[in-house]
Amino acid sequence: MKNRENFSDKMRVVGTRPVRPDGLDKVTGRARFSDDFHLSNILYGKVLRSPHAHARIISIDTSKAEALPGVHAVVIGSDFPLIDHQMVSQGEAGLADMRDISDNCMAKDKVLYDGHALASVAADSPHIAEEAIKLIEVEYEPLLPLMDVCSAMAVDATPIHEHFIPGAFIAPSEEYSANASTIKMGQGDLKQGFTEADHIIEREFTTETIHQGYIESHITTVNYDINGQITIWTGTQGQFEVRDNLADVLDIPVGKIKVIPLEVGGAFGGKDRIYLEPVAALLSKKTGRPVKMSMRRDEVLRATGPSPGSYIRLKMGVKSDGTLTAADVHLAYEAGAYAGGPVFLPVISCTTRYNIPNIRINGFDVIVNKPKTRPYRAPGAPQAMFAVEQVIDELAQLLGIDPVDFRMKNLTKTGDRLLPGFPCQPIDTEMMLRTVKEHEHYNAPLDGPNRGRGLAYAMWFNLGGISSARISVNSDGTVQLSTASPDMSGTRMTLSMQAAEVLGIDVREISANVSDSESIGFSMPTVGSRTTFATGIVVCEVAEEVLLQMAARAAILWEIDPEQVLVSKGLFTNLSNSNQQMSFKELAGKMHETGGPITVHSTKTAPSFIPLIGAHLVDVEVDPETGKVEILRYTAFQDVGKAVHPDYVEGQMQGAAVQGIGMALNEELFYDSEGTLKNASLLDYRMPTALDLPMIDTVILESPNPAHPYGVRGCGEMSIIPPAAALANAIHNATGVRLNSMPMAPHKVCAALNQQ
Amino acid sequence: MSTKTHVATTINGEVTEFLCEPRQSLLEVLRDVLFLTGSKEGCNDGNCGACSVIVDGVLINSCCMLGVEAQNSSVFTVESLASEGDLHPLQKAFLEETGLQCGICTPGFLMSAKALLEKHPKPDEQQIRYWLASNLCRCTGYDKIVRSVMKAADVVAEDKA
Repeated sequence: MKNRENFSDKMRVVGTRPVRPDGLDKVTGRARFSDDFHLSNILYGKVLRSPHAHARIISIDTSKAEALPGVHAVVIGSDFPLIDHQMVSQGEAGLADMRDISDNCMAKDKVLYDGHALASVAADSPHIAEEAIKLIEVEYEPLLPLMDVCSAMAVDATPIHEHFIPGAFIAPSEEYSANASTIKMGQGDLKQGFTEADHIIEREFTTETIHQGYIESHITTVNYDINGQITIWTGTQGQFEVRDNLADVLDIPVGKIKVIPLEVGGAFGGKDRIYLEPVAALLSKKTGRPVKMSMRRDEVLRATGPSPGSYIRLKMGVKSDGTLTAADVHLAYEAGAYAGGPVFLPVISCTTRYNIPNIRINGFDVIVNKPKTRPYRAPGAPQAMFAVEQVIDELAQLLGIDPVDFRMKNLTKTGDRLLPGFPCQPIDTEMMLRTVKEHEHYNAPLDGPNRGRGLAYAMWFNLGGISSARISVNSDGTVQLSTASPDMSGTRMTLSMQAAEVLGIDVREISANVSDSESIGFSMPTVGSRTTFATGIVVCEVAEEVLLQMAARAAILWEIDPEQVLVSKGLFTNLSNSNQQMSFKELAGKMHETGGPITVHSTKTAPSFIPLIGAHLVDVEVDPETGKVEILRYTAFQDVGKAVHPDYVEGQMQGAAVQGIGMALNEELFYDSEGTLKNASLLDYRMPTALDLPMIDTVILESPNPAHPYGVRGCGEMSIIPPAAALANAIHNATGVRLNSMPMAPHKVCAALNQQ
Repeated sequence: MSTKTHVATTINGEVTEFLCEPRQSLLEVLRDVLFLTGSKEGCNDGNCGACSVIVDGVLINSCCMLGVEAQNSSVFTVESLASEGDLHPLQKAFLEETGLQCGICTPGFLMSAKALLEKHPKPDEQQIRYWLASNLCRCTGYDKIVRSVMKAADVVAEDKA
């Protein structure tokens, strides 16, 4: 087969803006999310959660709950199988001890955070189940909670876990304390680097624990049938992760579990693993009936999510000409109640967009009495960037150098050595900064008191990894596209567009679905900006193979060698007789007489560490009376390689930017000294509303990614990283004060202004 | 002993009778009794707006009203927006302007926007942002939602002209 123009610049589909296939169901209320799924004969499960942040469980008496009419089963920690210590990959979250995953789903000996699950019931209605869990009597021995990284890392801190293996989540720790593992990275000679510096700045920063804030709760329906076969219906980022983690936790064969993914009502990293599934499975096993479980909003905020709070110390040295000479970075990040937070991601990404010859980054993964952290869109990166990009800004101002020029002078470019030790894959970092500097926003006057403009620039990495895809050609020329990549924001469309581009057909001829865990090969979850990029690569390869097989069919019909078939834009031509031509549709109609249906399935591993870059510009006005920060104008720049569907790319950039704005200015989980969460509602966990924001302008840059046939880079995460730093720099330029604590809530801004 | 109350009401223009427990919210009744699952539960305490419906012309959070309170009222849910296969201009605009990503908040936004356009047929951006401030969206950053409502308002105004 000869293939022409499939991967040329002249693309018919990639880069256009068709309406998404799931859109109609979503605007009419027909889309099926987890809570919209019902089975007959169903029971409803609810969970009893600890009121203590740290306590030993002395006893649990469930007799009164079991006696309540309408209650069918109770499950507590001792119903869970005892499993061996086993480190299992959790994708972008590193490794996890499966005992910890089990204990997080249901506490056994100790509760480790406010909201930790320790008992559950299944009943005829959710209301009866709620009544029943209130009848469960638990005796606790309260223990001292450790609520922040500094107290948990103190030399005299009590270990939260009796069996803690430092560093097990990512790499063996050489140095550690009672509750913290260490990950270190560096290069050059730090002492020499600071000796060469003409100016040195050292600053400390803190950030608070925050939540992903997806609007849909955690909801799951599980049926444990009489043959021991488990079926799960849930909205998840990864049906295979739910399956595999459940198999480990319940100590049953993977083949006994089938996970059927439903629409996901927001996740952002927080729905990549299990919480309720093993509990519902055990309740279903006990009752012989399907069990549906859902968390109330306060349970979501108390027991799921969070993205870590942190303590960051940063020292940077610079020569008078603006050359960075050294950086010493201390990143202490909460892991939550179990080891394995995201700190290794900011360790590798927080400085590497600049060439700094002498550097040391010490990351600490610190166990505290808060829920086990989960990834949140570019996990851990916004917190570190809040620190690093403020110091970069301060250095530029100290030297009187334009902030873009200062960054340009130290800029990492294609081929430069990145901190993890490999060269930077192709990306046009200079184009990014040049575009910012030449942009109208950067040059527009910003007059008036208490107003300032801020810039931040960030680099992040695209996760690749394993994806599967299958394409089946129907005899009428329509095409089924199946992947295992849950669609959180339009990826059924962006994958269909890539398939349509290769196949040379109209994208509306393709029907895309997200398959269950039995119907397609293993795939990693929708995380790490990977689906349109990594799953896209497999989709393109599968589509190419479909064309090859279609060409072979044409060759049979024309009685020629398959090499004599030219394929271009959905048209098959006999090279030796160009009068013989067939469209994709015509040829599909002859599949059955040329050898039967065509179905191609493949599983591929895409490369990781594809660089992603973004820069944000923001204008603010700070009210000196109230400390409120008003955003006047916002522009996000991002290099996405190739925007498959520009509307969706803009949507990713805008949505991520606003999550970044939320964490920068308002969002914080408030814990009291006892470790109790004080704002477990969406009134008090204050996410941005439409009224808090202006339009978010976007500038899409496209420097192609050679690892993808159309040059695509993942675009989901990048734009959450720069907002906090950009806002901090803007607040400084508006008021002269630097905020070293996130969120930069009004009371903190006021306090900083008063100290001035 | 009966634990349920009989309620007669009008839902999406159709006379509807149902039995519900006094403690069940209107949202529960819509979703679990009448199987109108377009209205979503995001918080169950009136803070996210995913369950927004219009009762007797007033935009409300259906999680904060009891099912029994719907007696003799007229309730409109997202399921009422499209008529005989024709999408409402708001639905069309949300599709065309990509005013949705995950889609869980979309029904609530559509109902809030509908209530807005009934009261202010030509809203400016600030009015739209004000009326949508009781609906949380975590995916879009609101930009394309606001644009969708602007576009729909123009279409509705043109249709009336």
